[in-house]
Amino acid sequence: MALILNEEQQMLRDSAKSFITESSPVSSLRERRDRGEEWSPELWQGMAEMGWAGMVIPEAYGGLEFGYVGAGLVMEECGRVLASSPLLSSSFVSASLIASLGSDEQKETLLPAIASGASIVSLAVNETDRFDPTVTALTAQQDGDEFVLNGTKRHVLDGKIANTFIVAAKTAGNADETRLFVVADDAPGITVEASRNADTRLVTSMQFDGVRVAAENLLGDAGATWPALERALDIGAVLSAAELSGLAQEAFERTLEYLKERKQFGVPVGSFQALQHRAAQLFCELELCKSAILKAGQAIDEDLPERSRLASMAKAKTAKTAKLAVNEAVQMFCGIGMTDEFDIGFFMKRAAAACQEFGDYYYHADRFARLGGY
Amino acid sequence: MTNLEQFRQETRDWLDENCPASMRQPVKSDKDQCWGGRNWQFTNDDQRVWLERMAERGWTVPQWPTEYGGGGLSQAEAKILKQEMARIHARRPLDSFGIDMLGPALLKFASEEQKQRFIPPIIRGEIRWCQGYSEPNAGSDLASLQARADDKGDHYLINGSKVWTSYADKSDWIFCLVRTDFEAPKHQGISFLLFDMASPGITTHPIKLISGFSPFCETFFENVEVPKENLIGDINKGWNIAKYLLTHEREMIGGFGLLRAGVTTLGQQAVAAIGTRDERLADDGLRSDITAFEIDEMAFAATVERVVDEAKAGQGTGAASSLIKLYGTELNKTRYELLMSLGGSDALFWGNDEDTTVSKDWLRSKGNSIEGGTSEIQLNIIAKRILGLPS
Ligand SMILES: Cc1cc2nc3c(=O)[nH]c(=O)nc-3n(C[C@H](O)[C@H](O)[C@H](O)COP(=O)(O)OP(=O)(O)OC[C@H]3O[C@@H](n4cnc5c(N)ncnc54)[C@H](O)[C@@H]3O)c2cc1C
Repeated sequence: MALILNEEQQMLRDSAKSFITESSPVSSLRERRDRGEEWSPELWQGMAEMGWAGMVIPEAYGGLEFGYVGAGLVMEECGRVLASSPLLSSSFVSASLIASLGSDEQKETLLPAIASGASIVSLAVNETDRFDPTVTALTAQQDGDEFVLNGTKRHVLDGKIANTFIVAAKTAGNADETRLFVVADDAPGITVEASRNADTRLVTSMQFDGVRVAAENLLGDAGATWPALERALDIGAVLSAAELSGLAQEAFERTLEYLKERKQFGVPVGSFQALQHRAAQLFCELELCKSAILKAGQAIDEDLPERSRLASMAKAKTAKTAKLAVNEAVQMFCGIGMTDEFDIGFFMKRAAAACQEFGDYYYHADRFARLGGY
Repeated sequence: MTNLEQFRQETRDWLDENCPASMRQPVKSDKDQCWGGRNWQFTNDDQRVWLERMAERGWTVPQWPTEYGGGGLSQAEAKILKQEMARIHARRPLDSFGIDMLGPALLKFASEEQKQRFIPPIIRGEIRWCQGYSEPNAGSDLASLQARADDKGDHYLINGSKVWTSYADKSDWIFCLVRTDFEAPKHQGISFLLFDMASPGITTHPIKLISGFSPFCETFFENVEVPKENLIGDINKGWNIAKYLLTHEREMIGGFGLLRAGVTTLGQQAVAAIGTRDERLADDGLRSDITAFEIDEMAFAATVERVVDEAKAGQGTGAASSLIKLYGTELNKTRYELLMSLGGSDALFWGNDEDTTVSKDWLRSKGNSIEGGTSEIQLNIIAKRILGLPS
């Protein structure tokens, strides 16, 4: 398969770009922040009407079945304008998990609602400060035809606005076995605590105190759970990299414009070779990110055996590059780049948060090395 | 079966039958590479057979037009051939400046007669070419070159010198930049000439590199007569040809950043050398450096793949050669730094002059970010031509 976008994908990218720059410019993020709002239901509605909420969902369940390269293009455009929405957590990651593990009935009840945007399903897996899906202390104790969940989850994406969670738990008696449960947000015993992060988004911690879940809400067989979860997390990593890539490209392009405009010593500062070489180096890094993400996206779409290693490669490379891009941006915008009034700071803050989502550079570098046999 | 699937199957069968077993071993030293040319001594019969068989199908240059003996493959077919060769670790049948540098320029700029004359011997590995660009006072500022060609009616007379001319002492012919107008602005007085290195008046002196080998030379021209029909393109219009050729050279050199077929990854080599602790390479610092390297190596390989596929689809920027040159050569240097580190003092082993060792390869790799235009020059090109930053 050629490592380029096909015609449909190019059209998708163009339409995504025009929709998102129109409906969610960076200025709208500033307005929301100043009003103390986390997200925009109207934007979410618009995204759903564009079909984005169902992009990776099978047609049989109301989706477009467009694939993950396409989802990456949408995330990239969202990244460019710092748009906030539950696309990644609900429509892409959770939906992929439900599509691969769910019973017919579960798929029937959950997927069409995700595809239409009516339902937001969030993945509650992580329990640690730094992302690590292999650590699960939350327990699920069987009690008749119910399970009782006790424990905590941390950094749950879109936890405050989700109406359903997919919760990873250890089933007692078999400490190594991670199982997934579909849990409604209003189940008695759940407390969701939200706090505001630097990027203005809310992060949530969840407490499960004796939450009772019917056994039929188990998602998938024991044996199939971990491979499907790993795949979903690979998807999360690659799409989060796509968001970061868009963000970094936009920060870079804004910086480049400034280098051509801003004059000191009677010349544009972009004529200084010290800055030219740094800009050129960054350009190369950004090009590598684009290739890495496309390669990893294709590996997901084609279900290639090297999918996980490529996913970690893409996220690690992009996380590192996005940090470089925003750091160079602030240094080159200089004084004005340090002001709140100017938008570039939003890029820096969002980059830091997106780097953490689904694992940062260090997590993925370590995983990449392990998968490479060292 | 689609046409491409069928092509893959046929290619696989053909390679299976025709690629000698010894040509499926990784290239370990210079001797394993086949450069061809009038004076070439094949290392063994397999090397000769492999070149002849591939050349006969035009597969030394899979995508060049068949009318000059090329393979005439589409981009998609060429990709398959490459994959199938990589699958069995087949060596490149012919390494050649004729293929990687001169040929593409001839295909674009030469007259039909010149193409008929010069391209088939490149494809068959019969003529080995060297590159006469750099001079003692014209390095990065190549266009300031001073070697001259004077019009003597029925021929040009060449005087001057070149330096760092790789394999000048082993090559049959040279593609050479000469000044044909001393009054014009420097880029507008340069011409692109081809001539036989056996012509009277040419001398070469090998220069020893820090790696102990002497692959390049000082090259002197004293009243060398060159027939006029050996001028490529118009007089004083050589600079465009020179630059076009450089884009191909840069992509070739940048390719050093790719993991060679059949060679184990750096991480695996490190495990073999150092061992593991808790299932991770036993040296934490080296592990994180190797990881960063391999991540870049893989992202770079994807970029080379994307650039080729984009060019085929007519989507590319066309300015990718500087990116590939810069990134690939810096990666290759990092690869050798890491190889030296993981080998420790053992990696410093030098051996006899003709031995190929890690330490010699490491030193040779330093030239990658110099030859074909330095890394700094590539950064300049990207900044100005791609990013549009002001002078
Ligand atoms: C292994 C090897 C093989 C070679 N083979 C050939 C060959 O076959 N044929 C041939 O013609 N040549 C060949 N070369 C020569 C090579 O192309 C030149 O060495 C190269 O172009 C640089 O020229 P220079 O060495 O004179 O360095 P200089 O141009 O003197 O550069 C010195 C330093 O200044 C920097 N610099 C120069 N200009 C700028 C600028 N504008 N901005 C920022 N920094 C700048 C350079 O990057 C470098 O770091 C070979 C070189 C090597 C190392």
